[in-house]
Amino acid sequence: MYSTSSYVTRTLVAFVFFSITASRADSYKGPTPPAVYTQECSSCHLAFPPNLLPKVSWQRVMNGLDKHYGSDASLDADAQKQISVWLQTYGGQGKRTREEPPLDRITRSAWFERKHREVGAATFKRASIKSPANCTACHRDAAQGDFEEDRVRIPK
Amino acid sequence: MFQKFFTLLFFVSLNTSAATPTDLLAGYVSQSGQSANAFKGEDFFKVSHGQEWQCTSCHGKSPTMSGRHASTDKAIEPLAPAVNAKRFTDSAKVEKWFRRNCKDVLARECTAAEKADVLAWLLTLR
Repeated sequence: MYSTSSYVTRTLVAFVFFSITASRADSYKGPTPPAVYTQECSSCHLAFPPNLLPKVSWQRVMNGLDKHYGSDASLDADAQKQISVWLQTYGGQGKRTREEPPLDRITRSAWFERKHREVGAATFKRASIKSPANCTACHRDAAQGDFEEDRVRIPK
Repeated sequence: MFQKFFTLLFFVSLNTSAATPTDLLAGYVSQSGQSANAFKGEDFFKVSHGQEWQCTSCHGKSPTMSGRHASTDKAIEPLAPAVNAKRFTDSAKVEKWFRRNCKDVLARECTAAEKADVLAWLLTLR
């Protein structure tokens, strides 16, 4: 009886510990996206992890691909459907996506601005970075879901 | 066994849009009903068509070299088939990018004659 409750306690402590560290670690370890998601989105930019925007924002993004942040990114109906289903299944999970950011831009989210408050506007405009949406400029392994702070390298 | 193989082959052939750059050029020429003009293609590629971006904004002035996406900075591989064998080998992909990029650069889709001219020019580059 004693050993069982001690086991339960230890498991619980371990669970709480891991869930805290997991929520602090800036890594995306969600399910692997379908090939169509990676292929289509990353022809122009990082195939962003779906939990960085709420579902309703993703829906607007997918319904307005012909006017996609200043560029035509329209897809054929089949690819559009597959990507929408993926984003509606795995998008918007976690506390970061409780709010819809202005213009459905990940980079305008309160959590994004908080995380990057030490990075000045001039830094984001450097020729080697260009925009806050260019994750890979500083988070070199962002494509693998790695946004860990201690691996950030801001280029000159 | 053979039946399986041919069934597979059949479905693969249904999905494929594999082509060569010269096939695609011939297709655009026959659609437009006029011969392709590489000089016009070069000009079309390099001039402004009244929008914020031109072809060169992302592809650079020399399509034998890499470009960078004007807003995201993503590296864009060279367009000229002589230096990048993957270019203009998939008709669906080519059509998708002509549609998108022409809308960004001209605020309309390109005509078959314009596509033929640009492709004819790209094929002259070494």
